[in-house]
Amino acid sequence: MTDRSAIPLKVEQLSIRYHHKPVLTDVSFEVPAGKTVAIIGPNGAGKSSLLKGIMGLTPVIQGQALFFGEPLDKKRLTTAYVPQREEIDWDFPIDVMDVVLMGRHGQLKFWQRPNQNDRDIAEKALWDLQMSDFSDRQISQLSGGQQQRVFLARALAQQASLYLMDEPFAGVDVATEKAIIELFKQLKAQGNTVVCVHHDLNTVHEYYDYAVLINARLIAAGPVDEVLTKDNLNKTYGGRLSLLNEMTEQLYRSQLNQAHDQD
Amino acid sequence: MQGFEVYSDASLWQQTLEQLALFWSFEDVNATWVLVGSLLLGMSASVIGAFAFLRKRSLLGDALAHAALPGVMMAFLLSGSRDAEVIFGGALLSSLLGFWIIDWLPKNTKIKPDAALAITLSFMFALGLMLLSLIQSTDMPNKSGLDKLLFGQAAAITSEDIQLLVYVTSAVLITVILFFDKFRLIAFNRLYAQTLGVSVRFYEFLLALMIVLSVVVGLQLVGVVLMAAILLTPIAAARFWSHQLSYLLLLAGIFGALSASIGAQISYIAPAMPTGPWIVVSLSLVFFISFLVAPQNGLIKRYLDYRRLRHRVAQENILRTLHKLLERNHFKRNDFTVAQITALRNIQIQTLKQTLKQLQKQGLVRELGGGFALSEAGLRRAIELTRRHRLWESYLSQHADLTSEQVHQQAEHMEHILNQEHEEQIVAELMQRLSDPHGQPIPPKNTLEEQ
Repeated sequence: MTDRSAIPLKVEQLSIRYHHKPVLTDVSFEVPAGKTVAIIGPNGAGKSSLLKGIMGLTPVIQGQALFFGEPLDKKRLTTAYVPQREEIDWDFPIDVMDVVLMGRHGQLKFWQRPNQNDRDIAEKALWDLQMSDFSDRQISQLSGGQQQRVFLARALAQQASLYLMDEPFAGVDVATEKAIIELFKQLKAQGNTVVCVHHDLNTVHEYYDYAVLINARLIAAGPVDEVLTKDNLNKTYGGRLSLLNEMTEQLYRSQLNQAHDQD
Repeated sequence: MQGFEVYSDASLWQQTLEQLALFWSFEDVNATWVLVGSLLLGMSASVIGAFAFLRKRSLLGDALAHAALPGVMMAFLLSGSRDAEVIFGGALLSSLLGFWIIDWLPKNTKIKPDAALAITLSFMFALGLMLLSLIQSTDMPNKSGLDKLLFGQAAAITSEDIQLLVYVTSAVLITVILFFDKFRLIAFNRLYAQTLGVSVRFYEFLLALMIVLSVVVGLQLVGVVLMAAILLTPIAAARFWSHQLSYLLLLAGIFGALSASIGAQISYIAPAMPTGPWIVVSLSLVFFISFLVAPQNGLIKRYLDYRRLRHRVAQENILRTLHKLLERNHFKRNDFTVAQITALRNIQIQTLKQTLKQLQKQGLVRELGGGFALSEAGLRRAIELTRRHRLWESYLSQHADLTSEQVHQQAEHMEHILNQEHEEQIVAELMQRLSDPHGQPIPPKNTLEEQ
């Protein structure tokens, strides 16, 4: 069992680069249990990369993420990831139920197939997102909002304690927005934690308890009321960190890190 | 060279039929082997190729087939033997080497996956051709026939080849049945599979291994160059028929086997005809037929759908025009001439007459004296359309800054696709506005009785 009192997600000095371009440098923060957390920042600030780095989907050059105090490989089953909708080919020949059942594969041994219990869990997840009527539908026939709900149902079917979502609210309809907020409430009531990349500053107060502001670096992390200050937002959105990024890039190019450490 | 001539002669037909009968009597052992081999290859390659296709790595099979060539030549050079196992082993090794290069390059250099495929394909193929020339310049025994691996030579198939084919086909089909869910998961959403802790690298390697096996075992039958078609065309054709992956795989397997048997028969009846190319041509034919007649998105279906839509739009436009004339005459006259209609609606006389006939058939329009009048059902439909047209105009002008002409243009299109549900939604949003932006009243629902 997962220790509910442990910190669900702790990020320690995470740095990511793409070739020599610094994407994220030295990001550290903690996420408290049972809260909803928004990762906020301008376009290209590295929000999605942060989530991918945390989930081990993109190589990090330094740092680590701890899930309930342990590395991801030991805590796979406690963590569910919801990728961005655009990353998927929605023409793929598969129906909604089969997509949601994918969420059960972490639990299955490599020769096992989903059984009735897994189907029940998947059906419940679809029901929670008001998508029960669509379970036989081809995914190519879904609207954008419905696609998003299918992805959320798939994550829900994992029965995790920590949910990492990449822009769940991006381009969805009102019904889906309501369904997601309802889902957040439900997850929180069960003591689960939700971390989302979020792009709409206007709704942060309404949807989230905590916020993590990043722009290539960590600007601030903490309760929304404390963190969303004018000063912090200016630093995140307004301030140009050109020299900082430029020098970091030069640092990577010069391989100074290695040279310095070898002395 | 003797090929397919036009069989005008009845005796030639007779001959062909007799040969076909002989072919299917399985008395000719060699012909039967070719058939069995083609069937097995057709099935296994199309099923495993489907996953490459769905992962958008269609060219992988092509590259791996080309990469097999240098291995075959090396194996022959080193061993001097042309046993099926030796050739198979060499091809397998060098195909896997090719796969490793294709995998390694994008991860460790700035080269993108498609470029890595192309580079590896041509490099390995060139290497194979070099070795082939080298072999042909030596005086090694039984060197002849090696060049047939380029395009395949089904007639030279041996029982060892068949044995290998049986093993490989079984391995491929069993693997796909066992790991169907995992293969599908990775093909659909690779990163997500990774977050579940599924060993993506293992399954990807397994998939590549199955592709390599199918490719290598097919060299004798269809050769290096045409192998890609056997992997990809069946699933591409099947894609027109179904949206369910399990059916798609089944269909691809059937298409593969069907084309294989056609290829084998043709090359039996006309011995100068090569089996491999005929398999590929038959496959392409299956693809083309699917493209034409598929029930949901075939070309013919799409054309018919479009024609039906065009007719419906023309009919609805005429209904609307008749309604407009009715309004202009303050509902005092109902019958209008063709000239009156064309004065309001820009339509060719010929099309108009056709459309009016269609409307009469449906009982929406009646012919009255020299003119045409809306029937009761026609009037009801016309009011519904007018209502939707004007509702959309009001709705649009509330939400966008457009001239009334622009609004009208858009509503002209929109009126044909709005349904009851949309209508109610717009009404709810407009809060009972009663006229469109041009000041025309929006007819309320069920007004016929009052009028």
